[in-house]
Amino acid sequence: MIEIRNITKVFGAGEHAVTALQEINVNIAENEFFTLLGPSGCGKTTLLRLIAGFEHPSTGSMLLAGEDISLLPPNKRPVNTVFQNYALFPHMTVAGNIAFGLEMLGRPKAEVAETVDRMLRLVRMEELKNRQTSEISGGQQQRVALARALAPQPKVLLLDEPLSALDLKLRKEMQIELKRLQSETGITFVFVTHDQEEALTMSDRIAVMNAGRIHQIGSPRQIYDHPENRFVANFIGDSNFLNAKLGNIKDDQAELEFAAGRKVTVPLHRADLSDGEVSVLIRPEHVSIAEPTGNSHELTGVIENIVYFGTDTHYHLKLASGEAFMARLQNNPSEAEKRAAGDKVAVLMDAKAIQILRD
Amino acid sequence: MTVQADPVTVDKAVEIERDARRRDVRMRWLLSAPALTIITLFAAGPLLIVLVYSFLTPGNYGNVKWIFSIDAWTNVVVQRDIFDNTLQWADAHLSIFWRSLKLSIVTTILTAIFGIPTAYFIATRSAKTRNLWLFLITIPFWTNLLVRTIAVQELIRTEGVINNVLRMLHIIDTPIQMMFTDFAIGFGMTYVYLPLMVLPVYASIEKLDFRLVEAGYDLYASRWTCFRRIILPLVKPGMIAGSILVFVPSLGAYVTPRVLGGGKNLMFGNLIELQFGQGRNWPLGAALSISLMVLVMVALIYYTRISSGGDKQNG
Ligand SMILES: Nc1ncnc2c1ncn2[C@@H]1O[C@H](COP(=O)(O)OP(=O)(O)O)[C@@H](O)[C@H]1O
Ligand SMILES: [Mg+2]
Repeated sequence: MIEIRNITKVFGAGEHAVTALQEINVNIAENEFFTLLGPSGCGKTTLLRLIAGFEHPSTGSMLLAGEDISLLPPNKRPVNTVFQNYALFPHMTVAGNIAFGLEMLGRPKAEVAETVDRMLRLVRMEELKNRQTSEISGGQQQRVALARALAPQPKVLLLDEPLSALDLKLRKEMQIELKRLQSETGITFVFVTHDQEEALTMSDRIAVMNAGRIHQIGSPRQIYDHPENRFVANFIGDSNFLNAKLGNIKDDQAELEFAAGRKVTVPLHRADLSDGEVSVLIRPEHVSIAEPTGNSHELTGVIENIVYFGTDTHYHLKLASGEAFMARLQNNPSEAEKRAAGDKVAVLMDAKAIQILRD
Repeated sequence: MTVQADPVTVDKAVEIERDARRRDVRMRWLLSAPALTIITLFAAGPLLIVLVYSFLTPGNYGNVKWIFSIDAWTNVVVQRDIFDNTLQWADAHLSIFWRSLKLSIVTTILTAIFGIPTAYFIATRSAKTRNLWLFLITIPFWTNLLVRTIAVQELIRTEGVINNVLRMLHIIDTPIQMMFTDFAIGFGMTYVYLPLMVLPVYASIEKLDFRLVEAGYDLYASRWTCFRRIILPLVKPGMIAGSILVFVPSLGAYVTPRVLGGGKNLMFGNLIELQFGQGRNWPLGAALSISLMVLVMVALIYYTRISSGGDKQNG
């Protein structure tokens, strides 16, 4: 549906030039819920504005349904935006806002009225049809903004952090609502967020961005379980990074020796690795802890701190190598509290829990 | 848990609240007393005097005689022919009213034509340059009106800057007569009142959220339609305020028409001044003053009617 080819965007010129996007390549499929995830200032909005047509790429091109749209103005693109601050027209009613795009497209009056009613039903706002937009709550404004952008039936809907202004409960509701709207309308959604949990729960695929570059594109599971690099691993979920030495690469497995001592054979998920020092990711919930057995190949450490979270407990360890390590264990009633700070423990894990990072 | 209200306690609470309310009201009156005094003494009072004077008879050397008469009011619009004593339209007055109205409307339109793009230009500058532009726009305000008007005179008089330049460039041979015409008055008033249009329009454009324009552009509106359907309605309050601020003083303008229009091209303000000065007809001056007020109010009511009429079409 959308093909973004090698797009770079530079703002300003000379010494004030800011490179907002660098060599962006993305293909977004039809009917996909695609999320741009990254910290503030990484270029998410800029990429969205490029797709909408408010900005033009410095280099590179963009295709929509096979057609080059790089130079089309926003009003000529079958793409609509839900703005971060909603940007509802304050001098129009709810219905007036929703009708706006359809009127601009020159649709007949009867069709406009009919579509507006359908959109109001879709976002469950029928009763507020004739309200002024200043007289409705933030969550309702959000729905009107959605309805307004969906009404002209765009090929692609762009959403720039649409939920960030809502409180937690409303945000959860709207997340479900958005998924429902997407499957009911069959429109491609490009969704921007800096909230990793939101990205994981809602997306078909996620592009993780930082400093103007895309670091990884993949399904939520791929991104979480097999992050490409330290940035992605760190940005999504909690993570332990350990130093290790990689050797004996054979087909899809290799031998790994931790700085902390232990040696394991690990499966490889990628082909671009070679022998030498590597960084390794271990998710805190993928390990357990036990009494050390004295085996020299064991990963051992001392408990420094125990934090109780209700559903689970976080054990902060200091490994023999001096590296910090966190283990998250689920609590269950049958198991009484049996460890205390200062205890020496062994970290147990499946070889599959170990992810080797590129940097 | 339910709270059992003790009737005695409730009565007491009601009483305390009532006393507090009374004190509140008293305090409010006390605080507004200075403002009320000033308004009564210096606005309502003089207005009342003017109203009373308009129903009296002119004295021989100015001032008034305390004899009731409605002559002043009839003289606003009609006059008695000195030869055959018939009533005729006071053509001189009517043409002055008409000129005042016409020139004020033209001034308002011209300040809008020049002021709105200026305001838009300023509002779209960066915050720092914006202040500089606003400063430049308001500089004329710090100069005496008479001085500013004479500056305009320097521009347009026969030997003035415009004529000299045009002649030097051989565009004209004989100087264009601009002084003492309606053009001169319109030109002068447009110049003098321009900031009164620019500032309120600027304020409303500056408040305008340009993301709304982007939203319109995103929803398939052309740039022109964005302007018409989004910018214009949102900036309209500023334009209405600016028009009122220009129109009202234009209608009563005195200095500018006096200097640039000469003795012949009178406006309402000059006519009033004439009655209190050379004319020695204070009641007529008073009646004319009140007529001007009424005219302004009628014009304002009519204007706000037509300019807010198109507002509710959406939805
Ligand atoms: N119009 C602009 N002019 C100059 N720099 C800009 C402009 N828009 C964005 N930038 C810069 O580009 C970078 C990315 O911004 P943005 O896309 O808004 O990030 P995000 O939406 O991920 O927070 C930032 O460093 C920002 O300062
Ligand atoms: Mg952003």
